[in-house]
Amino acid sequence: MSLAATAAATAPALELDDLCVAYRVRGAWRQVLRGVSLSIAQGESFGLVGESGCGKSTAAFAVMRYLPRNGRVTSGEIRVGGADLLAMSEADVRRHRARTVSMVYQNPGAALNPSIRVGDQVAEVFEIAGASRAQARERTREMLAKVQIADAGRVMRRYPHQLSGGMQQRVVIAMALASDPTLLILDEPTTGLDATVEAEVLDLVASLRREFETSVLFISHNLAVIRRMCDRVGVLYAGRLVEEGPADEVFRDPRHPYSVGLLRCIPRGGVRKGERPLDTIPGFLPSPGADLRGCVFTERCGLAQEVCRAEEPPLYPVSEGRWSRCHFWPQAHEVPYTAVTPAGAGAARANGEAVLRVENASKTFRQDGHHVRALAEVDLGLRPGETLGLVGESGSGKSTLARVVLGLTAPDEGGRIELDGEPLAPTLAGRGTEDVRAIQIVFQNPDAALNRRFSVRRIVGRALTKLVGLSGERREARMRDLLHAVRFDDRLVGARPSQLSGGLKQRVAIARAFAGDPRVVVCDEPTSALDVSVQAAILNLLVELQAEKGVTYLFISHDLGVVRYLSDRIAVLYLGRLMELGSAETVFAPPHHPYTEALLSAVPTLEGEERPRIRLAGEIPSAAEPPAGCVFHTRCPRKWGEICEREEPPLAEVEPGHLLRCHIPLGELRRLQAAPPAPQSKTTS
Amino acid sequence: MARRILGNTADQRAVDALNEELGTNRNAFVQYADWISGVVTGDLGESYRTRRPVSEMLAGGLENSAKLAGLAFLLVVPLGILGGVAAALKEGRLRDRVLSTGGLSATAIPEFVWAVLVILVFALWLDVLPVTAQAPRGSGLLTQVEYLLLPALCLVFVLFGYISRMARAGTIEALDADYTRTAVLKGLPQRTVIRRHVLRNALLPTIAVVATQTGYLIGGLVAIELIFNYQGVGLLMIRGVQSKDLPLLESAVLVVGVIYVVATLLADVLYSLLNPRIRLGAAQ
Amino acid sequence: MTVTQDPLAITPVAPPRDEARVARREQIRLVLRSKTFIAGAIIVGFWVFCAAFGRAVAPYSPFETDILAKLEPPSAEHWFGTDRTGRDVFSRVLAGARDIMVVSLGATVLGTVLGTAIGLATGYLRGLVDDIVSRVVDAFLAVPVVVLGLLVLVAVTPSKLTVILVIGVVFTPIIARTVRAAVLAERELEYVEAARLRNERAPYIMFGEILPNVLAPVLVEFTVRLGYAIFAIATLSFLGVGIQPPAPDWGVQVFDHYQFLNGGDWWPTVFPAAAIATLVIGVNLVADGLTHALER
Repeated sequence: MSLAATAAATAPALELDDLCVAYRVRGAWRQVLRGVSLSIAQGESFGLVGESGCGKSTAAFAVMRYLPRNGRVTSGEIRVGGADLLAMSEADVRRHRARTVSMVYQNPGAALNPSIRVGDQVAEVFEIAGASRAQARERTREMLAKVQIADAGRVMRRYPHQLSGGMQQRVVIAMALASDPTLLILDEPTTGLDATVEAEVLDLVASLRREFETSVLFISHNLAVIRRMCDRVGVLYAGRLVEEGPADEVFRDPRHPYSVGLLRCIPRGGVRKGERPLDTIPGFLPSPGADLRGCVFTERCGLAQEVCRAEEPPLYPVSEGRWSRCHFWPQAHEVPYTAVTPAGAGAARANGEAVLRVENASKTFRQDGHHVRALAEVDLGLRPGETLGLVGESGSGKSTLARVVLGLTAPDEGGRIELDGEPLAPTLAGRGTEDVRAIQIVFQNPDAALNRRFSVRRIVGRALTKLVGLSGERREARMRDLLHAVRFDDRLVGARPSQLSGGLKQRVAIARAFAGDPRVVVCDEPTSALDVSVQAAILNLLVELQAEKGVTYLFISHDLGVVRYLSDRIAVLYLGRLMELGSAETVFAPPHHPYTEALLSAVPTLEGEERPRIRLAGEIPSAAEPPAGCVFHTRCPRKWGEICEREEPPLAEVEPGHLLRCHIPLGELRRLQAAPPAPQSKTTS
Repeated sequence: MARRILGNTADQRAVDALNEELGTNRNAFVQYADWISGVVTGDLGESYRTRRPVSEMLAGGLENSAKLAGLAFLLVVPLGILGGVAAALKEGRLRDRVLSTGGLSATAIPEFVWAVLVILVFALWLDVLPVTAQAPRGSGLLTQVEYLLLPALCLVFVLFGYISRMARAGTIEALDADYTRTAVLKGLPQRTVIRRHVLRNALLPTIAVVATQTGYLIGGLVAIELIFNYQGVGLLMIRGVQSKDLPLLESAVLVVGVIYVVATLLADVLYSLLNPRIRLGAAQ
Repeated sequence: MTVTQDPLAITPVAPPRDEARVARREQIRLVLRSKTFIAGAIIVGFWVFCAAFGRAVAPYSPFETDILAKLEPPSAEHWFGTDRTGRDVFSRVLAGARDIMVVSLGATVLGTVLGTAIGLATGYLRGLVDDIVSRVVDAFLAVPVVVLGLLVLVAVTPSKLTVILVIGVVFTPIIARTVRAAVLAERELEYVEAARLRNERAPYIMFGEILPNVLAPVLVEFTVRLGYAIFAIATLSFLGVGIQPPAPDWGVQVFDHYQFLNGGDWWPTVFPAAAIATLVIGVNLVADGLTHALER
């Protein structure tokens, strides 16, 4: 007994030994994990990265022994704290889940039972462990306090739908840690949360991990998040770990062509579109179950040689605790760049009269008897050929602004949209073809944006017919040009969207938007449904098209790295108000608006430099009841004084081309933002 | 109208006189308007045929129909839910196939066809249950149930499929939900997972369906009561049709509509009481 | 801009043959793999055959009475026995398939066409149209189909056409509600906004863009409704307000003879009843097979 206990104490928290998992699809077994081996020491935090479909989540569910019904561990071993998971009986597996391993996954709203009070759901964990009802409730209260939920007693009586996304995820984390597990699995725990909320949740996980001395398996597609949260990292590709090592070393000096490629895809370190294109990883992930001989990455690797096709590379030790599964790991950096044309270099800084003006645009929705002001008196001008980045968290009014510009939603009385100085009708119904084709959009999710019943030819062709009035041979010719411009192979013109990959679908959507030679294209999170390697290719394409056609972009994204790479100017929205507007350099460097400052500090970077984190107190207020005075004052870490609560600051041009909505004078902001902020509670009026 | 009541051999003058008295010499639209103006003042009028107040006839009929429908509901709701949940827990396996296909087939067959089949089997071949539904006057509860069993069974067959299908779909959805995964991964025993986490969410939509089935149930009553010669609201309706007794028919339909609306309303209320999402509204 | 009037624009331009064929073949394969579908199709196929050729292959005329051979039990001569006027039950069962199938199919087609159009319009346009139509739908749904049928068919003379019209109209709001739900989900998808952003008119968006995407639920609803139509029409005929005698309708036959059940003369009732049962089960199995194949 004690022997087993000591063995468990010294054994790694998790060991995967040559783990193979397959799914049965239409009668055939398809391999998803192809021999994954890894080991997580007690108290260690291990990150698993890779693009969608590489098998990350499958690995996590295998460790919970919770594979879908058609999934099976075909070979290999899983040991948790030294115990062989695959040899356990059902009852043991249940105990294993109750005591040893916990899991948190994406979308906390769905993970909580909608019809049971939050407190009861957490208390359940203590009750399985044998606590009485009263004890369980008491410990639930303590646990909720540990995940920094103020007023835990009140929250316990709530139902999940009454909590915000960030709160829900805290509850899920509390539930996961309640059993004091040896291993905590986090599967994309912050994907879908706003940047500032994500930062809070990550901070929380980091501090709880220390407190509970829990080992962590952290799964994410977001390399920067892994970089921030993990000691060691494994890079997964097509069900195979291709590289493993200490997180900072792997991200600083990757030793596998796939890791190299992944890191090059990401806009980082303040690189701008005019400087160089993003690199991409050509080709596609092999489909699950594909017969792969040799190295799994051969098909997409710029370094691949004959030997790569013939021989599976062994684990090449790179340094202490580091290895790579590449025959040519010492030359991994020499993977040739795929994008060589200095795209976007030709995009001269736009100047001159605004092509599109938004004046005093407000939008009020009626919701359950409340007036919700999604957009409040926004003034913006878009210059020809520029990219205006639009950032802000959910509920900030980004999409509403886009819809107003497009004419999908009419602005409130008094708002005005001008195209080339001419006023536009408030809705599409009143706009002529010329006006309609001038402003187009690329939506976030190409699956929803393309009619799944239509072929590419019909989707693009119809736009040409309606917007340009082309038909017959001329339409065909124009369509070929258009598809060529978006690098879409026109042999696929008869395919339906379901037959295309995500990147190809988005190219079709871009082709459609450009069908009528638009003046302005709204890009509404056009790459957030895509993997980073595909994202890079799409961003490059957008830059090229802009250079070629001189189109103006209104680019909406929650990814600040992408916005920074692409935008000439940036507008920051909060609760429907324009808080800051300026060139990308100005907005990204201090002095900037306290909200912008907080937003920037919330985003983890790949460089992993230690930056002071600026915490935002509380939740984003409801747009139905915006705070009086400056709408940001309830969360502002730089609150200036009582004036912030009383008076809404005007949007003032504090320096040429830089507009700010803040009571704090620019000089003072500059001075404050040179030093880390004081905790909000100590700010005096 | 009077011709129908008095028969083909009656004297034409008598017929005219009766038509005059009943008002059935007027066109149908006027008769309808007349009836409606009565209804708004709470008077359902008089039956053309029996000359008794319609409300009196309907009250008796409603009581009988309620007994029959109540028995059917009492049997079918637990059975249907049980069947649906049992099928969902073994989705795609033999038990599910048998229950689902069986339920589907049972539901598809009209009540009067079921009536023919159950009479044939239970009353004639096995001779274990009475053919008529009306228990002798003054019989006890058990005897009444015995008499009502066959007609109720027909309704049970038809309703079983609806309710079990809904319960099955709800259970499968709840089983696939993330929160069920959370519960399993917490290490809860399977029984607890199903009882606390799955069923609570799965059966909510079923409640709504049960109430809307009242409408179908009443539609089914018409044929059942005819074939079993049971003095319920359905039989009154059929008699109303057969003798073109408009006040009776219209009043019966009105009552059925009202019952349906009330049932649906009750279901809505119950549903929102049980569903915290609706009861407590969204997050502030 | 003559292009906007192009009638061809309403029907999808056919994608390259092979692509379309692959997609269609996949769906057909799924349908055909379903055992319930196959079983249902065989049953329905049998009754379709009877509807077409029943009178030709029947051993006797379904109308020929023989007062000397009343209520004869099944025998080699009369497989299903004879009814109370001495007509051959087997021949009447075979011949009875036609009326109910024609009438229920007509009613379902009518209800589906009207219901789909209304569902598309209310789901896409929303607003006042939707509010008004939805209220009417609710009112319709408050009265059971059979009762509603009774009410109307007592006022007008029952005939095949009136039954088709009544059941078709009664089904319209029910189908409209299903289609509306599907349309509401579709109109949230951005391809609808993309269409608005090239100045498409509402009818094109409804029928050209959205309709092709809701065809699967419409087809499923059609087969499910067909089952209900047979159910309802058989019941109405049984109650005397549907298909009228002397047509050899199954419901009518059951009505004419169910009183003889007590006397032990079961055959003129049970055989037509069994015919109804098999037909509705067949249609429902087909519907179930389609649902599973198309809705996943």
